Amino acid sequence: MHELSIAQNILEIVRQSVPEDELEDVRVIRLKVGTFSGVVAESLDFCVSAVVAGTSLSGAKLAIDHVPFRIRCQTCEREFTNDLGYVACPECGGVETTVVSGRELQVTEIELDDHQQGTP
Amino acid sequence: MTIVTVERKVLEKNDEIARRNRALFSSKNLFVINLVSSPGSGKTSILERTLEFFNRRVPVAVIEGDVQTDFDAQRIARYQTPVVQIVTNGGCHLDAKLVEDALGSLNLEGIRLLIIENVGNLVCPSNYDLGEAMKVVVASTTEGDDKPLKYPAMFQHASVLIVNKIDLLPYVNCNLEALKANALKINPALRVFETSCTTRSGIAAWCSWLESNLKP
Repeated sequence: MHELSIAQNILEIVRQSVPEDELEDVRVIRLKVGTFSGVVAESLDFCVSAVVAGTSLSGAKLAIDHVPFRIRCQTCEREFTNDLGYVACPECGGVETTVVSGRELQVTEIELDDHQQGTP
Repeated sequence: MTIVTVERKVLEKNDEIARRNRALFSSKNLFVINLVSSPGSGKTSILERTLEFFNRRVPVAVIEGDVQTDFDAQRIARYQTPVVQIVTNGGCHLDAKLVEDALGSLNLEGIRLLIIENVGNLVCPSNYDLGEAMKVVVASTTEGDDKPLKYPAMFQHASVLIVNKIDLLPYVNCNLEALKANALKINPALRVFETSCTTRSGIAAWCSWLESNLKP
């Protein structure tokens, strides 16, 4: 359980990516989270809402795109999704496989409300 | 709605420091392992048996990670081994920055092997690169044979599995072959050692293999 520190890392990336006077316009922080990224989406969501409360980012919410765990077999060259985390090829039994996806933990996009001139 | 494209890894800061640690290790010809397991699997006991086996013939340094206390560092210091204790104060894993800071208090001159004993936790440490050459996961027979299937990420990221407490097999509900098969299902490339820190069975095989990895 290290979602709180992950949440802080995410907000730091947002603060570095958006000018300070536009932080309050941030509505959505979009993330890619792999099955084996090691974080629980629900906990992360909860931690982010706790960390943004009372800050200029209090209007921001997470949108999480889940990425399945996929391996590619170098022997039979096929790709498989396997949410149990097995790395061996389920077809030919090959053990020379590469993990194609499922370990992502990435901020991909930040969505901001367009700033209305003259409104507070 | 304005969309800002970011595409940045959440743990990029950790990874950057880990790269720095790795470069430092490489410049000092240091082989570094990150020892991970659930609490009570016997990481510190394996470390003690390893130090005993090398008997200062191989210069080793140790970084200990625990949530609280320096009990482990005290155990390691008995072997006249340079050791630093990191107390995470509640943190469930070591990160690259904690290791970088700890390196500041370790004299690595002449050291060939650095063993980082992570916080006992079979989940979080798998996500944090510390700059090590490899992760070594310990699973003890008292934990049962299904842990690799229940905590696959750690076994995916490890290069070595040490099955510890094999002397207790007659008394515990653990099928050794099933434990190994489960781990290899998750990661077929795992190199497996079987040890007992009480009888010292398997310690020589583990240490000899470890020594064969050291840089000349």
